[in-house]
Amino acid sequence: MSTAIAAKGFSQAAFDAYLAARDEPAWLLDMRRKAWARFQDLPLPSVRDEEWMRTDIRLFKLDRFELPDALGHGEASQGQVPHALLAAGVNLGGRAVVMNSHALSAKLEPSLAKQGVLFGSLQHLVKEHGDLLRPFFERRVVDPHKDKFAALNAACWSGGTLLYVPKGVRIEQPLHALSAISNGGVDLDKTLVILEPGADATMLSETASTDTTGGGMHCGSIELIVEQGARLRYVNLQNWGHEVWHFAHQKGHVGREGRLQWTIGALGSRLAKVNQHVAMTGPDAEVQVNGVMFTEGKQHLSYNTHQHHQAAFCKSDLLYKAALQDKSRTVWRGMIRVERDAQRTDAYQRNDNLMLSRDARADSIPGLEIEADDVRCTHGSTSGRVDDQQLFYAMTRGYTRREAVRMIVAGFFQQVFDRITIESVRDALSEAIGRRVSDIKGL
Amino acid sequence: MIETLKITNLHVSVGEKQILNGVNLTINRGEVHALMGPNGSGKSTLAGVIMGHPNYEVTEGTIELNGQDILEWDATERARAGVFMAFQRPMAIPGVKMADFLRHATTNVRNPQRKEGEQLIPMREFRKELREKMTQLKMDEEFARRYVNDGFSGGEMKRAEILQMAMLRPKFAILDETDSGLDVDAVKLASQSIAEIGGAEMGILIITHHDRLLEHNTPDFTHVILGGRIVETGGVELARELYTEGYEKVRERHPEDAAIEKEMAAKDKQLVGGGV
Ligand SMILES: Nc1ncnc2c1ncn2[C@@H]1O[C@H](COP(=O)(O)OP(=O)(O)OP(=O)(O)O)[C@@H](O)[C@H]1O
Ligand SMILES: [Mg+2]
Repeated sequence: MSTAIAAKGFSQAAFDAYLAARDEPAWLLDMRRKAWARFQDLPLPSVRDEEWMRTDIRLFKLDRFELPDALGHGEASQGQVPHALLAAGVNLGGRAVVMNSHALSAKLEPSLAKQGVLFGSLQHLVKEHGDLLRPFFERRVVDPHKDKFAALNAACWSGGTLLYVPKGVRIEQPLHALSAISNGGVDLDKTLVILEPGADATMLSETASTDTTGGGMHCGSIELIVEQGARLRYVNLQNWGHEVWHFAHQKGHVGREGRLQWTIGALGSRLAKVNQHVAMTGPDAEVQVNGVMFTEGKQHLSYNTHQHHQAAFCKSDLLYKAALQDKSRTVWRGMIRVERDAQRTDAYQRNDNLMLSRDARADSIPGLEIEADDVRCTHGSTSGRVDDQQLFYAMTRGYTRREAVRMIVAGFFQQVFDRITIESVRDALSEAIGRRVSDIKGL
Repeated sequence: MIETLKITNLHVSVGEKQILNGVNLTINRGEVHALMGPNGSGKSTLAGVIMGHPNYEVTEGTIELNGQDILEWDATERARAGVFMAFQRPMAIPGVKMADFLRHATTNVRNPQRKEGEQLIPMREFRKELREKMTQLKMDEEFARRYVNDGFSGGEMKRAEILQMAMLRPKFAILDETDSGLDVDAVKLASQSIAEIGGAEMGILIITHHDRLLEHNTPDFTHVILGGRIVETGGVELARELYTEGYEKVRERHPEDAAIEKEMAAKDKQLVGGGV
């Protein structure tokens, strides 16, 4: 990276110029400025912060990166966009592509547009539909002041994806969003999904690098708003290049009788620190969270999950599974928090890790904070190697050792995929992960 | 040339513990052998060693397949050479469908030279054959979509083992208590099926405590194992004597081996969790 670019970084002057060029509603610019002030006040997190204790980012240098506009990588042609794994074999209702934080293209079935569905670049749509979207922005589902990365995203997000589904509208076909970066690029993505009461939709989003060994930075946010009685299935596959820094705050709000099924797959990045939170804000809400992680080399993937029961009679069920190769490392910290009024809560969390090498390491730290007295909260975690007896069994059926390992790993993940009800989505995701499984070097 | 699986003076131990003390056994393709013996006498160990289980250490003796020493072969190579074992306790592989598991297995065993990543048997062809075999074994089609032995009942697992044998068409098959867990009708069916699959094609070693599996598979030879050694070999009438009268007489006829048996059992009690 040239020094001229490095000098720009995230300076006040760069930020002022950035805002001046954006032509956005005043309320939004105001939000950005407040977040920027916070960004400047906050230090980068360090291992002294409890949440970051196991995730060392001393080698991360923010000033190696800069605001997206100045980079000029946005005009990449469609040809350079990475292949979308989750779209394979799925009959889509719309597609949106973002490259280096610039909206490249967006398509939506006309029949859906006619019903009032909005889908595409958040950056563009917020200009046209500012009044509609403002209350959802102001709900601050992700707290813009939470840490330096949250503040940076709130101040500087660019490109982004919006899905808005009006009251009672049900969308059969999944919508697909791809956010990509080229080597050294910056992704300041913000995803906003809003399902008005009674709406029903499936969204598939994935992030990838044009260069699988490439570097860069993702500092993103995802906000999922599921209003009363609405149903959202959201799949998020992270497949960044192996030198990308990935910082993300992701949160869902699920209202009364709402349903959220949120599945994340994590394959890429050098280091990932993700906060994935779900809050059940109305009674009888149900949330299912699924996670599949597959790491190799020296990757470090750290996930903080939070199941926040704010209302009574809600159910949350989290299953994270990780397979680790080489010297890679995963950290899962899961918290179930039940507020005093959230009686009859039914909450579950589980993390299973399959160690494919002696040098890999997986930390599982489940936690419960329960204020209510009539609840059912359980958690569990396992870590182990591929079972020798299983291996022997498969080998007596003619499998080579390596084939047997791959099969067992595929089966390990299949138990997560099985929870995904839409067959084409399930197949696409298992295919995407399966590619990586087939590269397993063996034990 | 008749194909032969030949075990000579086989001594096997696990850690410090000696389990087999010089087993001799020759099985020709086309023959049925019954292996009987009290609990803990080493039957499953013998089966496991023939299959190449890595936990067992062969300290003396040989296992030959058609004159070739196979002791250095791993389980994969033995399976691809046509050796099969139906497990006394099959392993579950969650998340892997029986049909997918078997398609891959069948491809590998039928094409021993297959390299990883090479084509599998065409789906249609495989499905057709699998369906036929399942019908023959009176298994529900749903079975193929279930995960390998995951949540199977004891009887279902044993049926699935026979199904696998039917698909893999081995030259030599060891059935380790395949009758246990099966209900009366299922054993009968299993006995018939094994005869149909095996016929003159296979050399079969049936490990059992009962007579039912032998109904349609009349043993050419019955072997009695005691204290890690085959102490007697006879015809079908020996099997009959054993499942009606038990092993007391055998022990009386072979006091030395009975003493070893006692010693082994005593050691087991000392070892924490020393079961099978
Ligand atoms: N992996 C092992 N580690 C320790 N001991 C073992 C192991 N495998 C077998 N043994 C011991 O070797 C002896 C023989 O066991 P084996 O399973 O071969 O008996 P078996 O004849 O098949 O008995 P059963 O009729 O109960 O199935 C037993 O004492 C058993 O505890
Ligand atoms: Mg046994």
